[in-house]
Amino acid sequence: MIEFRIDSRSGVAPYQQLVHQVKQALRLGILREGDQLPTVKEVVSQVAINPNTVLKAYRELEHEGLAAGRPGKGTFVTRSLAGASLAAHQALRRDLVHWLTAARDAGLDDDSIDALFQTTLRAGTGEGVA
Amino acid sequence: MTAAVKTHHLSKRYRRGRWALLDCTLTLPAGKVVGLVGVNGAGKTTLLHLAVGLLRPTAGTISVFGEPPAARATQLARIGLVAQDAPLYPTLTVADHLRLGRSLNPGWDHETAAARIDRLGLDADQPAGRLSGGQRAQIALTLAVAKRPDVLVLDEPVASLDPLARREFLQGLMEAVAARKLTVVLSSHLLGDIERVCDHLVVLADGRVRVAGDVEDLLATHKVLRGRRRDPRRLPADQHVVQASHTGRQTTLLVRTDRPILDPAWTVTEINLEDLVLAYMAAPSTPAERPAVARNGVHVGR
Repeated sequence: MIEFRIDSRSGVAPYQQLVHQVKQALRLGILREGDQLPTVKEVVSQVAINPNTVLKAYRELEHEGLAAGRPGKGTFVTRSLAGASLAAHQALRRDLVHWLTAARDAGLDDDSIDALFQTTLRAGTGEGVA
Repeated sequence: MTAAVKTHHLSKRYRRGRWALLDCTLTLPAGKVVGLVGVNGAGKTTLLHLAVGLLRPTAGTISVFGEPPAARATQLARIGLVAQDAPLYPTLTVADHLRLGRSLNPGWDHETAAARIDRLGLDADQPAGRLSGGQRAQIALTLAVAKRPDVLVLDEPVASLDPLARREFLQGLMEAVAARKLTVVLSSHLLGDIERVCDHLVVLADGRVRVAGDVEDLLATHKVLRGRRRDPRRLPADQHVVQASHTGRQTTLLVRTDRPILDPAWTVTEINLEDLVLAYMAAPSTPAERPAVARNGVHVGR
């Protein structure tokens, strides 16, 4: 079982914060396939948020195939995010170090690198279209 | 979408006073937690008192599930109120309050109320006047929920509470929302709390509705644009400027639009709820304030 936290000043919608926290727990292996997520009532009395927000977060997780609701029982994890992707981390990190070296050689400082990465990431996911 | 509360050109003027509420047209969806924000004197309490039937409109109409709020006893039973500062009878005990609630309300849920008082660790024989502000607020909430209303109205329920009592109060309120289908309308100055618990927002200023709608829709349809100085009147027609500020070289705009911002000259950022609310509170008369647009706003993305 995991505990949620809501950061009111993060600017991230509360339901997205819940989704992120579940995914993070899945990536780190804190949550595994078959584990039960806290019930809506438990989350609501834990962090004082709107029950609709919890339902929305769980629907999103279901939509992404990470969890499934069992009527009368609760919501359960159906897929882990650890494992397969962890194996790929090493090679990706190697590529990234290579890329970072090229970026520094081109004269970019850390802030410029971060700005470039963030804008490219956003452009790639279609958010923040300018 | 079923409407819990519907107003049509609702206006209220107190004797010899200015308009406390003017031309307010709103639809508050059922099953949602609606946050009502605005500076002191914006008309929040007036709107809430009209919704529970404590006040009558000077002009326009208000209905709760299709009927005027104080139409008859059965209609009053559907509406719960936690008034400002959670007024209780100071000499009556906690148990007295529950007994009173039981004899005055036909749909009274005594079991849940008693269990709640028990869980809060309150002594039922304690006079209400000797309780802390947080405890009094919790009792007012318990009484209002035990009435089993369909709409629960709360007027700045946490304004005078310390942070811990505030959090506990909101937990209690959200548990009540989770336990049964309940529409909540609450006013507050605490935007962090609003963001946590509300899925629908109404911003009032000077007795008028500045903006109203689903919180996520509002956040998704408002963008901050920054770029070289230019005239905001020359924006595409579907971009409504809510707020504009200029320096010698730079222009910063808050716009409302359903479409992506395609002009590459702008740096586009998302807006958080606090900045959105502050912008609408401060904004002078804008297109988004006119009732026709405010009505559309309620339905954006639906």
